[in-house]
Amino acid sequence: MSDAQTTSAVPAARSADRKTSAPSRKRRVRGATGAFWLFVGPFLLGLVIFIYVPIGWSLVLSFFRAQNTVAPDVFVGVKNYVDMLTDSAFLSSLWTFTLFAIFIVPTTYLFALALAVLINRARFARTFFRSVIFIPAACSYVVGALVWKLSIFNGVRFGLANTILATFGIEPIAWVAATGDIPWYWPVIITLRLWLQVGFYMILLLAGLQQIPNNLYEAAYVDGAKQGWQTFIHVTLPGLRATSVAVLILLLINAYQAFDEFYNLLGNVPYARPPLVYLYYTALGTAQDYGHGSAGALILALIIAVVTLLQARVLGFGRAN
Amino acid sequence: MAFSLLAPKPVGAVGQSSGPRSVIGTIFRYTVLVIAAILFLLPYYLILRNGLSSEQDITSPDWTFFPSSIHWENITELFSDPSVPMAGAMLNSALIAIVQTFGQLLLGSMAGYGLARIPYKHANKIFYAVLVTLMIPSAVTFVPSFVLVSSLGWVSDLRGLIIPGLFSGFVAFLFRQFFLNFPIELEDAARVDGLSYWGTFWRIVFPNSLQFYAAIAVITFIAAWNSFLWPLVIGQDPSSWTVQVALSTFITAQTINLHEVFLGAAVSILPLVLVFLFLQRYLVEGVAQSGIKG
Repeated sequence: MSDAQTTSAVPAARSADRKTSAPSRKRRVRGATGAFWLFVGPFLLGLVIFIYVPIGWSLVLSFFRAQNTVAPDVFVGVKNYVDMLTDSAFLSSLWTFTLFAIFIVPTTYLFALALAVLINRARFARTFFRSVIFIPAACSYVVGALVWKLSIFNGVRFGLANTILATFGIEPIAWVAATGDIPWYWPVIITLRLWLQVGFYMILLLAGLQQIPNNLYEAAYVDGAKQGWQTFIHVTLPGLRATSVAVLILLLINAYQAFDEFYNLLGNVPYARPPLVYLYYTALGTAQDYGHGSAGALILALIIAVVTLLQARVLGFGRAN
Repeated sequence: MAFSLLAPKPVGAVGQSSGPRSVIGTIFRYTVLVIAAILFLLPYYLILRNGLSSEQDITSPDWTFFPSSIHWENITELFSDPSVPMAGAMLNSALIAIVQTFGQLLLGSMAGYGLARIPYKHANKIFYAVLVTLMIPSAVTFVPSFVLVSSLGWVSDLRGLIIPGLFSGFVAFLFRQFFLNFPIELEDAARVDGLSYWGTFWRIVFPNSLQFYAAIAVITFIAAWNSFLWPLVIGQDPSSWTVQVALSTFITAQTINLHEVFLGAAVSILPLVLVFLFLQRYLVEGVAQSGIKG
């Protein structure tokens, strides 16, 4: 009954449509265009004002002298870029953070992967362990830096790390004060970053692990692959490929953009200074040099883009699985 | 529930061939997990321990895991200390995080719906313009954004702290992907019933997507609450400090009351721990959906 009604109603509507096709289609398209702008317009306006305009402005400023003023002052051509690329402090910060990325990216990935696999195989208390490893993701880098600098690695005898070392008869280490020859601040920075990041990427990898169809494991088992290492190499790792690539790219971008914990742990020091900390003090410190700051920011953006693309190509991002 | 999918299924058969080994393996795995859990929880414990200790207990030459007495009065001391604008900073952070979460969700989900569902001949170009902003590392734009905001006169002003953060290309992108998979039959039915795009979105699509909204809201809120570089750049006057900027000032200060700093840290993470405990399901989903934090 109702079927018959709808089937008869539809052709009627269609023929009515066809008769008035030209004006009604026009009206419909205009309606859709209006609706499109109603939905997308406010967002797009903000995006243009707060992302595209500043970047364009920055591009302009990078070719001008703009000190203590955000208006372009004197056109200097590529001088700001040349200055930044010959500025040994900026270069050493770029180089340090390339090394930092080479170390921290695989380390974080391996820890996150190991924990994801362990949690995935746990038969009880799985949610508990997942939550505990994940909870630093809800902690700010500032709070993390605070605990590391003022409690665990505070460099005095009553600090936790030095107390533990003392039980092995080792003298207190100054850690972030960097008074000796050995860069003790690196273990501080790296353990902090691992604590803050591992749980987040563990969740991503755990989600990836759950996407691997169980019948692949069964097939591997039937084919005689030993549980454990062989299955891991031949089933788990290939199955995690897409997730792993995404995680590695995110980690790399994050390593170059390090700011929060370095600013709070070390401040404006000539060693272990991320590019963003250097740019922060160049553009917004006492120098207020927006020309050089803009040039440096664009150089950094370019490096991140190139390294990300290279890494994506090496890892085969977007390649069909 | 979903987690059980991956526990190796042929358990019985495996158990027969390598019984003792699998027991040792299980013990080994749980030992590693327990050690990891202790290490991961330790900093939270230190925050509480130091925050509720007396200054003498914290700086005593002998490390103690438990302070000799718990000083609850530290809490009132923290909020009544005039040199530490903790209450104001909490208020600023809450205001910024809440407004940014609502704003990003409202603007981003509308844009995502428009891009996913409303036919428009330039829609693809506009979508690419949104995608490009995802490739631009957000932190790198802080110099140009500061230039813009300072020329608007929004430095040390809540407008400067909130408004530039309302437009997240990433949130719009996630919503577009989500709405592409929304059952189109529901929308078609609504359109046949005479609802406009606007009506379809608010009466049909939005109420049926609340779980996704919650997932994105949780990660947006955490990112906004924890963000540091932008509030540091813009919040130059103490009255416009967020919690993160206030804490950072204490870390780098010359003379500090350790217990106050740690108690401040505890207070600053309290909202997030609550979000974490009660909304973890959404948080896990949000992270898995997005893969990017800020």
